[in-house]
Amino acid sequence: MGIVNALDIKNLSVSYNSKTALENIDVAVEPEQLVGIIGPNGAGKSTLIKAVLGLLKPEQGQISFFGQPLKKSHKKIAYVPQQSDIDLDFPITVEEVVLMGRYPHIKWWRRADKKDYEIVTRFLKEVGTEELRNKQIGELSGGQRQRVFLARALTQEADIFFLDEPFSGIDMASEEIIIKLLKKLRDQGKTIFVVHHDLSKVEEYFDSLLLLNKQLISYGKSTEVFNVKALQEAYQGNLTVIPGHSQLVVTC
Amino acid sequence: MSEINYFIDALKSYQYLQNAMMAGVLVGIICGVIGCFIILRGMALMGDAISHAVLPGVVIAYILGFSFFIGAVVTGIITALGIGYITQNSRIKDDAAIGIMFTAAFALGIVLITAQRGTDVHLWHILFGNVLAVSKSDLWMTLGVGSFVLMIIFLFYKQFVLSSFDPIMAQAIGLPKKLIHYTLMLLLSLVTVVSLNTVGVILVVAMLITPGSTAYLLTDRLSVMLGLSAGFGVISSILGVYFSFIYDVATGASIVLVASCIFCLAFMFSPKRGVITQKIRKKIVNKKSNTQLIE
Repeated sequence: MGIVNALDIKNLSVSYNSKTALENIDVAVEPEQLVGIIGPNGAGKSTLIKAVLGLLKPEQGQISFFGQPLKKSHKKIAYVPQQSDIDLDFPITVEEVVLMGRYPHIKWWRRADKKDYEIVTRFLKEVGTEELRNKQIGELSGGQRQRVFLARALTQEADIFFLDEPFSGIDMASEEIIIKLLKKLRDQGKTIFVVHHDLSKVEEYFDSLLLLNKQLISYGKSTEVFNVKALQEAYQGNLTVIPGHSQLVVTC
Repeated sequence: MSEINYFIDALKSYQYLQNAMMAGVLVGIICGVIGCFIILRGMALMGDAISHAVLPGVVIAYILGFSFFIGAVVTGIITALGIGYITQNSRIKDDAAIGIMFTAAFALGIVLITAQRGTDVHLWHILFGNVLAVSKSDLWMTLGVGSFVLMIIFLFYKQFVLSSFDPIMAQAIGLPKKLIHYTLMLLLSLVTVVSLNTVGVILVVAMLITPGSTAYLLTDRLSVMLGLSAGFGVISSILGVYFSFIYDVATGASIVLVASCIFCLAFMFSPKRGVITQKIRKKIVNKKSNTQLIE
């Protein structure tokens, strides 16, 4: 028996109002790696995550996690939303947000118990936001908030993580803390998917890349995928290569 | 002062006034609590829609002689489903779909009432409430339905909070999004029926949204917001019944006006977010920095 894939996408197509967003995506992702999902604006990166998590109905296609359908995998999957999707005025504290990560483990009629709070404290410490636990979520900086949402995903003790643009609009220090934690998670055997916008550091951050532009352009080890030809195909000319370096600049 | 004494004496001696007061207090609590979730989910318009859509159900229930609650829940839910169906299957957006559906249901209710000439369904009372006609059995009904609504919210508090705050995560961990939405619509329909006597179909949305919004301006904690909201609902009801008795004006409207006044106060003077408080704070900060500059 070979390794069971962490994520299997077969023949996935999604469209919004009869406009194609994703077309015939076929990919199998092995576990225990950090996977970057990259591609230009409107390439369907977030759509891919949403379809995989069952948030929108695909036209066709099958998705499985470790060989199991989504229905049986909810507990195993943690999700970190895009910053812009969060209502900063919501009357909720950092601690309450992180506690939400425990919800899949708490019976539907039960409240969180002492053990759940201990787990919350542990991961608040891990991301370095323990002293903020009683703050309202909107009082935090972007970087702090992103770390809090990562802590929430961590308390879920999932096997697969999805992060939607976790590094956009946050400070360098937070970015470093987050990537360090993600690498640690990977070393613990988790599989992490990160929608990523910025092409710099891509090779440094990710083990594998999933290059997307409505179709799957390429998937494989970062070092193999991250080449000019594939990127040009994905970004369709909106890409400038600075000669002599492996520097790539997206011009749109 | 003498007016208050007069009111208290009246309260002691008249059963109908006691009933009105009790009904007002209960409705204040129930609407205050469920209203917080309506606000946080951005569903104020939906709350308005469902409360109006209850009308034909109530009238049909009256004509055919079964419980108001069944009629109300049926037309409330049908309207909610209709709104969802229109948005999902056409290019019509949410707000327009809400507008189309609830006015249709409301108009149907009006037509049904006006077709029933000579009966004692009073259009005015359903629309604007008739709190002084609350009977003992109405009160028990209110208490029963209120407890049911609060119990559901208490039981599914986690689910309501998560799906309000982060609907994407809620769905990702497998919470039934639609079931939660329609449960809320069901609760809204029930709450509207309970509020029929007190504030009526048209103004019930104020009891749902105004106390909750007031509380929202005053706190950053949901648990506190729920408590404050219920509290403001109760205060509005008590003062509203009082003013309506003393000045002999419509009770429902007077309750709503009190709630609006409390909102106004919070809007201006909320310690953290009040419009005037912020201005004063800015002035103090400016003064401080000016004096520092001079020094």
